[in-house]
Amino acid sequence: MTVRMEKHVTNAKTMRFIPFITAGDPTDEATVALALMLQSLGADALELGIPYSDPLADGPVIQEASQRALRHGENLNQAMRLVEEMRTQGLDLPVIIFTYANVLLQFGLDRFFEEAVSHEVDGLLVPDLPYEESRSLADQCAEHKISLISLVAPTTSDERLKRICDHAQGFLYCVSSLGVTGMRKTFHPDVYPFLERVKQVAQLPVAVGFGISSRDQVAELEHYADGFIVGSAIVAEVGRRAEQLADSSTRTAAIREIKLTLDQHLLPERVNHKPLASNEYE
Amino acid sequence: MVRQAQAESKYRTDENGRFAAFGGQYVPETLMHAVLELEKGFKDAISDSSFLREYRRILHDYSGRPTPLSYCERLSKTLGGAQIFLKREDLNHTGAHKINNAVGQALLARRMGKKQIIAETGAGQHGVASATVAAYFGLPCKVFMGAVDVKRQALNVFRMKLLGAEVIPVHSGNGTLKDAVNEVLRYWAAHSDDTAYIDGSVVGPHPYPMIVRDFQRIIGDEAREQCLKQTGSLPDAAVACVGGGSNAIGLFTAFLDDPVSLYGAEAAGKGVTTGEHAATLTKGTVGIIHGMKTYLLQDAYGQIKAPYSISAGLDYPGVGPEHAYLSESGRVDYKAITDNEAVAALLELSELEGILPALESAHGLALAFKVAKTMRREQKVIVCLSGRGDKDVKTIMHVLANHEKRGERL
Repeated sequence: MTVRMEKHVTNAKTMRFIPFITAGDPTDEATVALALMLQSLGADALELGIPYSDPLADGPVIQEASQRALRHGENLNQAMRLVEEMRTQGLDLPVIIFTYANVLLQFGLDRFFEEAVSHEVDGLLVPDLPYEESRSLADQCAEHKISLISLVAPTTSDERLKRICDHAQGFLYCVSSLGVTGMRKTFHPDVYPFLERVKQVAQLPVAVGFGISSRDQVAELEHYADGFIVGSAIVAEVGRRAEQLADSSTRTAAIREIKLTLDQHLLPERVNHKPLASNEYE
Repeated sequence: MVRQAQAESKYRTDENGRFAAFGGQYVPETLMHAVLELEKGFKDAISDSSFLREYRRILHDYSGRPTPLSYCERLSKTLGGAQIFLKREDLNHTGAHKINNAVGQALLARRMGKKQIIAETGAGQHGVASATVAAYFGLPCKVFMGAVDVKRQALNVFRMKLLGAEVIPVHSGNGTLKDAVNEVLRYWAAHSDDTAYIDGSVVGPHPYPMIVRDFQRIIGDEAREQCLKQTGSLPDAAVACVGGGSNAIGLFTAFLDDPVSLYGAEAAGKGVTTGEHAATLTKGTVGIIHGMKTYLLQDAYGQIKAPYSISAGLDYPGVGPEHAYLSESGRVDYKAITDNEAVAALLELSELEGILPALESAHGLALAFKVAKTMRREQKVIVCLSGRGDKDVKTIMHVLANHEKRGERL
């Protein structure tokens, strides 16, 4: 684990806010600016999605973000350079690369780890590598101090849950609902017993993702989890302003709007108690 | 089903459904429960003789199995070389081999207590087969189909609706077969408690390549027995077309341990150097798609490329992981056949034997013709005629008209 991951996520005491954005959506410049805005909004880690033509775990909102990024040729190589640029511009959060297995395979694992270390990447999440398929990758991650983030779902059996938790790194990603990523108004009632089941075996912070789009949902989760991951709800705001974000003369205003929207509708006031670094998006 | 023979073969899969380096379960955690439950349900069913009896009975009473092994006398004489035999999967109910697998998986769905069937389809053949068995078993059926394919295959969409199925157009990605597979897997992840996914080919996460193979191997098991009975000996070669590769695996499995040369025909489209083809084993590289590790058409960054073939059933960017293994191990020889070669073979079979094959099957035929020509008169080649060509009449009309206009020969 990196010091960043340990400090901001694993050993943090407050409810962790982990936003997701797609690299290159709609442009590389916008992605860097969005990352810095999310930091100023109080994010505790950043999940950076690598666009993929066939994203099996994603719903329509993130599929469309992938398409927007792929249209101008975004790829893993470029996305890693974005992390470097984010660091240069002052991003101090742990960065988790979210990528489908095929993208990683074609890039080459040795090359990935070499660049991940040099660009100060802190975590890796491969949604289509379940426990059984990820053992050797987990070893390589450990060797490079990169946390391989594991997912568990309501349908994960107790026996699998135990096995996954025993090998998890960084934090545990709990999928709140079956199916794909995307915004849902409410949680399925089964999610609470599921989270209780996870909390009993997890030795790491438990963060909940899939379907989180409102302040009320986050408030509910605070009783059951240590963190929350928001993807589609942010990506939808990005998609709605793709043109303004792509244009350098309107980008700052668009990002300010997104920040305001997230602040008012998504984040519980408690997350915002952290002193906000003043920057151009205020 | 001859499970014992399979267990002794050196070509069998390992316990985790891997074919050496290929196959696997590259799926999100949300799907793991569904694939594990299915694996357990299938292993339990396939070792139950009453399940197998019921599967065979339905294929006999409802689909008309066994399908004949037809000797093509005029065709063989005209070509010169080996004698050509056709395994007539086109004579199945619904006109293709797809029904073998659909019956097996629907029966399994019922046994596992599932209340609904979902399936993906490209050209619509597997969708029609799934809609058919859903009607037969009285289960509701949703067929996921790329929005582009829905437009291209309007007749099959209507057929599925006539059979009571709901056709769901998929707009994500390119709106074709690969996107329909993604979408059906996404839907299944959310509904596997009461829903069975009927995978149409030997692709997808384990256990699907194994399940579909075991429900399709009846093709080769029958053909082997028929060949021995009708001619007194095994064939010298067996040939089938390969998209995902279910009819080919169905034919090959029975012959893997025999001294029989095996050939798979994949779609070269407009030519393997044009970029417009579906020749996955000839031109693809190893990667992961739809939950399996296999050969696929992709760019340097792992984005999946859109395949092309005149035959919608071969228009798939991946290939079954067992084919990837059989190719690497050298047991099966895979060759690419162009659109034009397939159409020429289709015309030849129609004129000489009165059998109109599907464009998919015509790729297998074209390769078989090439192979047969290099062989002696007393040798025998079996070709899997996986489906009938009625569905392709419009496409063929179009191709022939274009060639005539340009004054070209095929």
